[in-house]
Amino acid sequence: MTWDWDVAREYLPDLLEGLLVTLEATALGSLLSFALGLVWAMALRSPRRLVRWPVAGVVEFIRNTPLLVQLFFFYYVLPTWDITFSALTTGVIALGLHYSTYTAEVYRAGIDGVPQGQWEAATALSLSRGRTWYAVILPQAVRRVVPALGNYVIAMLKDSPLLALIGVVDMLQTARAEGASSFQYIEPYTMVGVAFILIAYPASLLLRVLERRLGH
Amino acid sequence: MTAGLWEHWLLPGIWITVQLTVLGAAFAAVVAFTVGIARTSRLWIVRFLSGLYVEIFRGISALVLMFWLFFVMPLAFEMQLLPMWAAVLALGLTYGAYGAEIVRGALNAVPAAQREAAVALSFTPAQRMRRVLVPQAVPEMIPPFTNLLIELLKATSLVSAVSVADITFAAQLSRLATGESLQIYAIVLALYFVIAFALTRLMRLLERRAKAAVGKGPDRRAAGGRRHLTGGAGPARTLAGAAGTAGAAGTAGGDR
Repeated sequence: MTWDWDVAREYLPDLLEGLLVTLEATALGSLLSFALGLVWAMALRSPRRLVRWPVAGVVEFIRNTPLLVQLFFFYYVLPTWDITFSALTTGVIALGLHYSTYTAEVYRAGIDGVPQGQWEAATALSLSRGRTWYAVILPQAVRRVVPALGNYVIAMLKDSPLLALIGVVDMLQTARAEGASSFQYIEPYTMVGVAFILIAYPASLLLRVLERRLGH
Repeated sequence: MTAGLWEHWLLPGIWITVQLTVLGAAFAAVVAFTVGIARTSRLWIVRFLSGLYVEIFRGISALVLMFWLFFVMPLAFEMQLLPMWAAVLALGLTYGAYGAEIVRGALNAVPAAQREAAVALSFTPAQRMRRVLVPQAVPEMIPPFTNLLIELLKATSLVSAVSVADITFAAQLSRLATGESLQIYAIVLALYFVIAFALTRLMRLLERRAKAAVGKGPDRRAAGGRRHLTGGAGPARTLAGAAGTAGAAGTAGGDR
């Protein structure tokens, strides 16, 4: 059996539609992980052990268990607690939560990079803790971690096909469904693989340029 | 969860997950060293081909690659692999590509004087690699390799999607049989965490050995950084901790 261009052309529009869902899941998951990760990073800097330790435990647990099982957990367990989301929302939550434990680490590196004197100066000016974070530390910390966050966006893009396994009609799910109905698997799966390379490689090149611009 | 499900699915599932992790990691290590060393070659074509390999396999989603190996390879090449081996192949090829970047980074981090000294002693390039560069680069590689190993362990769960009966597959089956989603997934998540914890400990032991073998002490700075986040007990080395140890390895972690 060989490659059939007609089949490929026939699948292309549906796969592109699936690509939009893939990109949507990645974008929403990224935003969630950026926000949550910052929350974790700040909580891990808290002077209170009662805040720091549980957060550290949760973050380590999430980071060391598979996204796929977390995805199934949310998809099958939440409804038993009468919390129902669409498959896509569930997927975005799982993706965002999983990667927030990685972005937390990125923010932490960024925060560690802010000179100690900045904290001391904020204390000397008797800024409140909230103001210190918001006006002094974060503006300096966040700028330099942007390229590192970008790397996790690419990682999330490559993990987003997992959402197909809970029924989100993304690119992989489209390929699976169409392959199953026509028994032509070569074209759709290969096209999905190529699509990922076509997006991921230029994206990582772009990040490398960005990293150099920001002086790393 | 009933006893039958535990005995017939979950326990064998754990064994399959462990096997996949060990075999996948072994294959990935072979790929990583081969491709990583090839990337430092003097010949541009070798560098180009190994670079191409890395970019392709880091670019494809692991799950998509797995589907491709399972469903396309038998049709396109009339070559059917046992599901277990197709899974090991997919894991090894993907994580080997990430590992190659770690190997390359660590090799580049070996002080240039070491290379020059080996040249001065008229070692052949192969001797230089085997006797001087690789032994010194290995301790640098272990922390990022630990992260990668945990990633690989987590990625083994993907094989459940192509019907390899690992822990995740057993969980799905148990859920269908009993409907006790919460207990089952909580147990399975805990199982992965325990395995990850054991792997991390093992790798730390290995790191200490490897460092001692080239006459370096344990890296206190990285250990301190890690303690800061986890309270000293968390399994995976944090990325920043690993980056601290990898030091000059620079972009060793690639784009993970």
